[in-house]
Parts: sequence; C-alpha cells; structure tokens
Amino acid sequence: MRKQFVSTLIDIADHDDRVVLLTADLGFMVLEPFAEHHPDRFFNVGVAEANMMSLAAGMAHEGLIPFCYSIATFASMRGYEQYRNGAVLHQLPVRIVGIGGGFAYGTAGPTHHALEDIALMRVQPGVGIVAPADDGQVDRALRDHYARPQPMYLRLAKETASHPELAGRFRWGRLEVIGDGDIAIVAIGSMTGVALEARRRLHAEGIQTAVAVAASIAPAPTEDLVALLSSKNACITIEDHRPVGGLGSLVAETIADHGMGVRLVRCGVTDPTGETTGSEVFLRRRNGLDVDGLMAAVRRVALVPA
Amino acid sequence: MAGTTTAQVLSSVRVRRLIIEQSKRAHVGHIGSALSIADILVALFSGTVDPEVDVFILSKGHAALAQYCVLAELGLMTHQTLDTYCGDDTQLGVHPDHTLTGITFSTGSLGHGPSLGAGVALAKRIAGKPGRVFVLMSDAELNEGSVWEAVMFAGHHKLDNLTVILDNNGQQALAPTAEVINLSAIDELVARFGWACRRVDGHNVDALTAAFDARAPGRPLFVIADTVAGKGVSFMERQVKWHYLPVDDAQFAQALGEIG
Repeated sequence: MRKQFVSTLIDIADHDDRVVLLTADLGFMVLEPFAEHHPDRFFNVGVAEANMMSLAAGMAHEGLIPFCYSIATFASMRGYEQYRNGAVLHQLPVRIVGIGGGFAYGTAGPTHHALEDIALMRVQPGVGIVAPADDGQVDRALRDHYARPQPMYLRLAKETASHPELAGRFRWGRLEVIGDGDIAIVAIGSMTGVALEARRRLHAEGIQTAVAVAASIAPAPTEDLVALLSSKNACITIEDHRPVGGLGSLVAETIADHGMGVRLVRCGVTDPTGETTGSEVFLRRRNGLDVDGLMAAVRRVALVPA
Repeated sequence: MAGTTTAQVLSSVRVRRLIIEQSKRAHVGHIGSALSIADILVALFSGTVDPEVDVFILSKGHAALAQYCVLAELGLMTHQTLDTYCGDDTQLGVHPDHTLTGITFSTGSLGHGPSLGAGVALAKRIAGKPGRVFVLMSDAELNEGSVWEAVMFAGHHKLDNLTVILDNNGQQALAPTAEVINLSAIDELVARFGWACRRVDGHNVDALTAAFDARAPGRPLFVIADTVAGKGVSFMERQVKWHYLPVDDAQFAQALGEIG
C-alpha cells in the first residue's frame, strides 16, 4: 500500500505542481521514487513531526497540497496540536499519511502500534479520514480526492493488498458492501481481508453475512450504514484499533442516533498495556481480530434469536 | 512599505493608549506583553511589511491586543470592532483569529509561529512567489522544542525570506526567563544554525526598521529586540504580575498620564 501511495502520488504530482511530499525521516525503500521524480517537491524535514505539521499548514496556506509521511503513531500524535491549530482550525488541505495502522509494525512493539489514531482524528471537525482496504482503493481515493479543500488523514497498511471483490471502488462518505445476509460485518479497510475470508467460511456453515468495507471513516458513511443495518439482525464491527473512538464507536453512535434496535458487537484491540509483543498475525489473533476470532463473534450472534 | 503607501502614520503613543483603554474597558490582562511589542509592530507596519505580498505571524498570540490596535490605527479595523475586544460573539479574543482581516494565522499555543512561517517561506520559494515572512515571538517561546525544530529547518534550507523577531523582554508567565530556562547567548545559538542575527533596542523604531532591512543572502534573519515588558507605564515595567492583571481606575489614569 505504501508503494501504491508513492506511485499514485508521483503520477498526480506530474500533473499538479501544488503537490509536495514531506517526511519526518521515514520511508526508506519507499519514498525514493518520488524524491527522484520531483526533487524540488520532496523534503525530509528530519525527525521533527511537530515542525512538519506547522510547515505543512504554512505551505497549504500558500496554495500547496502537502502530504506529511511517517509511521501512523508519530504522524497522528507527535504533531497533533500543530495539526489541530494549523490544518484543522484553518481548514487547510494538509494530508497526514500514517503508515502501518494497527499492529502493522508488530515486533517493533507498542510504541509503534497505532491503536488510537482514528479516534484522535475523528474528534477533529472537518477532517477526512480514509483507511483503504487495498492498493486499488489507495489509488482511487488519492486520484479522486487529493485536492479536496479540507485536511485529511490517510491510514495506510505497509504491505501490498488486493481484494478483487472491491475492484478498486472507493467513494467519499460511502460503504462498499460485498454480499448479503442477516448479519453485517463492518470492517475498517485494513481488516477487509479477514472479514472476506470469514464471510466465505461462514457461508459454508450456512451463516450468510454482508461485508461492508468502511474505508471512508470521515465523512462517516451514515446513510449507507442506516440502510445496511435496517435489514440486519446483528452487526459486528472489526478494526485494528481500540474499541473506543474508532469504527465500532462510529457504528454505535449511528445506531443510537437513528434509534435502531440492531444488536452490535465491537471487535477491537482490548490488550491491556504491558502485554508481550509479536508479529501482526500474533497480535491480531490474541485480540480476536483474525478469521477464527471474527467467525466466533459472528457465530455467537447468529445463535441468538433476534 | 515597498510599493505601497500608508494612509496614516502609526504612533507608538497612540497604540499604547489604545492598549490601555481596551484593557480597561474589557477588564482583561496581558497588558505588559502588548506594551512590550508596540514599537516592534509600529516599525513593522510603518513600511517594512508589504501587505500585498508579505505575511506576518504573531506567534506570541497573547499579545494580540497590540496587533488589533495597530490594525485599527491603520484603518484596517473599525474602532467599533476594536470595542468588541473580549466581549461576547466577537472575533477579537485575547488570541488572534485568522477569520479577521489582517490576521493570517490563529495563534495562542506557543511555539507554532516559527514553523508556520518557515512553511510559508518555503512555499513561496517553491512557487517562485515574492514577499517576506515575519514572525514575532516571545523569549519564553524559546522553551518550546518546536521553535528549535523550525530554527534548524529554516537555517538548513537557507530561507532568507524568513525573519523572526524575538520580543526579548526577559519575562514569562511565572518568573523572569533567566530564572526559568536561562539562554544567555541566543544570538550565538541561532547563528550556529545558519541564521543572520541582529540585536537592537526593541523600543527604537528606526533601529528596528534598519534591523529588518539588514538581511543576508542565504540566511534567515533573526532580530533580537531587547524590550521591557510593560514599556511606557512605570508601575508595569519589568513586573511579572502585569502579564496577567487588568487595571483599576487609578492605575488606568496613571498609565494614560505616563504614556502621554
């Protein structure tokens, strides 16, 4: 996904000289092609995320469209107040590109696990939040929306991904729904693969599910959620994020705001602090965020009469 | 003012009187900080800053009253608007708001201005646009790490369209700066990061104007303006408490009498 981001951004920058790429000294073996294509619009600002966010606000004020690249934890947190008082308060087109949402930096340990980034971005008014499911969505989201006037947070996985069911579809403020059934699985972009595999296996057990990919977290896909959940017995949300403030909260708020009676189960990261670390696969499994864990959650609601 | 003319001549005395009058009317403080930068703003807006192409950022947002008074004196804000300072439903809070004509960036959290200014300066260079960027910051802001991130960045990238002015009044919210974090050789510090540094009397408008013009190719400019917090009102000068306190009737009369 990182490489798709850079490839698409180079293409966009070829045609739009407002696009600049800033990095806080990260992106080895990823950002070099952009730096080679557009050396005058690539800046390694150093390990200085706070400065990067205010620089970007200043640059956006002058009409540029700056992309600020770092690991998701640092990108979303170290310059947070600068982002709030700069890009958000002034509604400037600054793009934070957070790499490795969730447990993508598994063995790097908890300082590198981005488990609150969506929550932090959601509480800021007027910020677009995009968490693509695969390379196709990265490409589509960037091409269609890179020039929007408001600030944006892109939460990208490290590795390449492709889900043919999506066929590269991405729509601002919308869900992409795959299949149908009595139970909805609403997945944040990075959990789409887990959700689709669970859907296939549950189908074999006679449990029908619809998988809704929430790649546009903000603006929230409210209308699509209401339409989807109005015909469902239960809804399972799955995100590689804390259960507070992210996708599960968004769906809970939507259900409450619309007086819906649908049963909701929120799957997210429930590890306490101080746990051992490990690979992304291991950490997801421990938090029930793998195919088996999701299937177990779906089975529990499927067995309960609505 | 390069290429433009100023309809009215700014007067430090007028600006100081307005600061005292508005503080009294609104019953709010930060008077000492506003008086500290009055002459710097008068120097900047008497010809140095070209509003057509230049950008000014008040990094020490808590002294915005001084900037409001300058805007009113320049005719860029009505005195009726100035009279809404710190009222309800006003754009004129203690800290400046970018929705107001003449204010580029909302500030109030310290240490943001130098980075914002470096971003504007870099963007101007990338786009080949003219104009200078002026950032006015307090000496207490030197405590903020982000300031040094910006100092390093602007020096490395040789942003010679950027000027930072330090309101070096030696005071911060709770104590003299020397007692909080003592930085005795700021000029040497910034010079080592690739800046040109000038040091002037921050209450001498002609000296300030000359310092703003004393640029060096390939180097951002750092002007240390030695100032006195509360300048012009004897009982406020160099008094930490006047960072916060409003004036009462007797103090108001004395202050206006001293300012003249």
